[in-house]
Amino acid sequence: MGYTITEKILLAHTDLQNIQAGQLINARVDIALGNDITAPIAIKEFRKAGGKKVFDKEKVALVLDHFTPNKDINSAMQCKFVREFALEQNVTHFYEGGNVGVEHALLPEAGIVLPGDLVIGADSHTCTYGGLGAFATGVGSTDFAAAMLIGELWFKVPESMKFIISGSLQKWVSGKDLILHIIGRIGVDGALYKAMEFTGETIGILPMADRLSMANMAIEAGAKNGIFPPDEITREYVEKRAKRKYTFYSSDGDAEYCDVIEIDAGKIEPQVAFPHLPSNVKGISAAGNVKIDQSLIGSCTNGRIEDLRIAARILKGRKAAAYVRLIVVPATPAIYRQALQEGLLETFLDAGAIISPPSCGACLGGHMGILAEGERAIATTNRNFVGRMGHPKSEVYLANPAICAASAVLGRIASPAELA
Amino acid sequence: MIYQGRVWKFGDNIDTDAIIPARYLNTSDPGELAAHCMEDADPGFVGKIKAGDIILGGENFGCGSSREHAPIAIKAAGISCVIAKSFARIFYRNAFNMGLPIFESAELFAAIKDSEELTIDSTSGTITVAGGNKTFRINPIPPFMEQLIADGGLMKHIMHK
Repeated sequence: MGYTITEKILLAHTDLQNIQAGQLINARVDIALGNDITAPIAIKEFRKAGGKKVFDKEKVALVLDHFTPNKDINSAMQCKFVREFALEQNVTHFYEGGNVGVEHALLPEAGIVLPGDLVIGADSHTCTYGGLGAFATGVGSTDFAAAMLIGELWFKVPESMKFIISGSLQKWVSGKDLILHIIGRIGVDGALYKAMEFTGETIGILPMADRLSMANMAIEAGAKNGIFPPDEITREYVEKRAKRKYTFYSSDGDAEYCDVIEIDAGKIEPQVAFPHLPSNVKGISAAGNVKIDQSLIGSCTNGRIEDLRIAARILKGRKAAAYVRLIVVPATPAIYRQALQEGLLETFLDAGAIISPPSCGACLGGHMGILAEGERAIATTNRNFVGRMGHPKSEVYLANPAICAASAVLGRIASPAELA
Repeated sequence: MIYQGRVWKFGDNIDTDAIIPARYLNTSDPGELAAHCMEDADPGFVGKIKAGDIILGGENFGCGSSREHAPIAIKAAGISCVIAKSFARIFYRNAFNMGLPIFESAELFAAIKDSEELTIDSTSGTITVAGGNKTFRINPIPPFMEQLIADGGLMKHIMHK
């Protein structure tokens, strides 16, 4: 019996001869990641366990991106605590201030995570790096502490679900819509503990930004990881960024899957996830008249330059509706600069947008875009749980950047097709 | 170990934003987190519970973020254990690492009402409902994991060894 790509990457990080789904293994970690919310607990645990030095200062990433720019004194204290640790340990991949970007946009962009890597992160959206053909999964702070200490961690080898996606994408349909459709179909625990492997002719030509945004939301179906077979699109993305060797793995023809799901992408229209679960999806044509108070374009799901270009294309020469707060969050400083050079920021300003520095703040209801009681936002983010972006009686609707841009203009959830 | 307390029943997909909203994550102090435990699912929760009480969830309890603050908040609020039909992957791992015992039971949820009293024997693997003769089987917690919980979580357990 052959191996899936997930099994091959895990096996390559052990001293074992073979592995199988369900087996518990110890595996070496290439990159271990924490942020300003999760790293403080991990650092305390690291010290409690007698930790003096991280296992490899090149393989730890600390990114202060959640409550930054510091939203209050407590947040500033948390950042200070992590900064002191990063400097004491001389951690190579430490990002804060003007260097910081949303971690899951930043690490692939900087070539810190690469195809074939085993990455763990104390952040549930660590699964994003599966877009590159890496095994990447979210863990808690204690697991992150253990990985910083010894450079390995125990895993249960997940069963794999295979998604075969074929057909041409309709206009304004992106990777975001494919993953929302899949979550709507299998549910928020439809891939619990499992690997979601995305294949098929649609995937073969899908740009890297879309792959990263799909892998990002594997956790919203309960998955351990999402993964794309690396190909020429992957090579083009990583070869100019990588500063170390990387490996392309692919699934064997006789690899075993617990489920195989075929999807006709040509039948999918832009999707909107209604409150309060990412699985509560409808096609845009069935959205009805939902007025909005805020439109957020950004996050680790959809804050990349490709996302901003789509939004700018729709917003060019148009204005956000009265009393709709349009917030654009370029996910990294490089994306911010690129958007500036391409004139996208001017388009956003002309449209009445607020341009935020790179931060996770608004997406998780931390700061810089909180909703009041009864308010509604449409967002390119990944979660619409109760209270996710603010007051427990506010609402979040998830969609792609085109829908969020058009909705900002019309003041209600709408397709760009409605804009003449 | 024996866990005994009143059941507080919640639904499916109780996410980590409901267990401890992100707006309180500017601290990792267990006492401060406990003060907001389950706030967005039941705003008065912390004021109503007694030490030893039990949370009962449906499917996919603890879905969403990887924040360890979620099991920390539940444990520090005085909840003795969580029972659910199923748990989200990261929460499952975090709960044991924090020394919060959790149990999976597919049958219990439909069979008991909010506020009933339960006794859980994690060694033999039984749940008994007070005042009746209803008993449910659960997977016992293996001895090494009981020790890990008794030590107060993974790191304390490692140091204890």
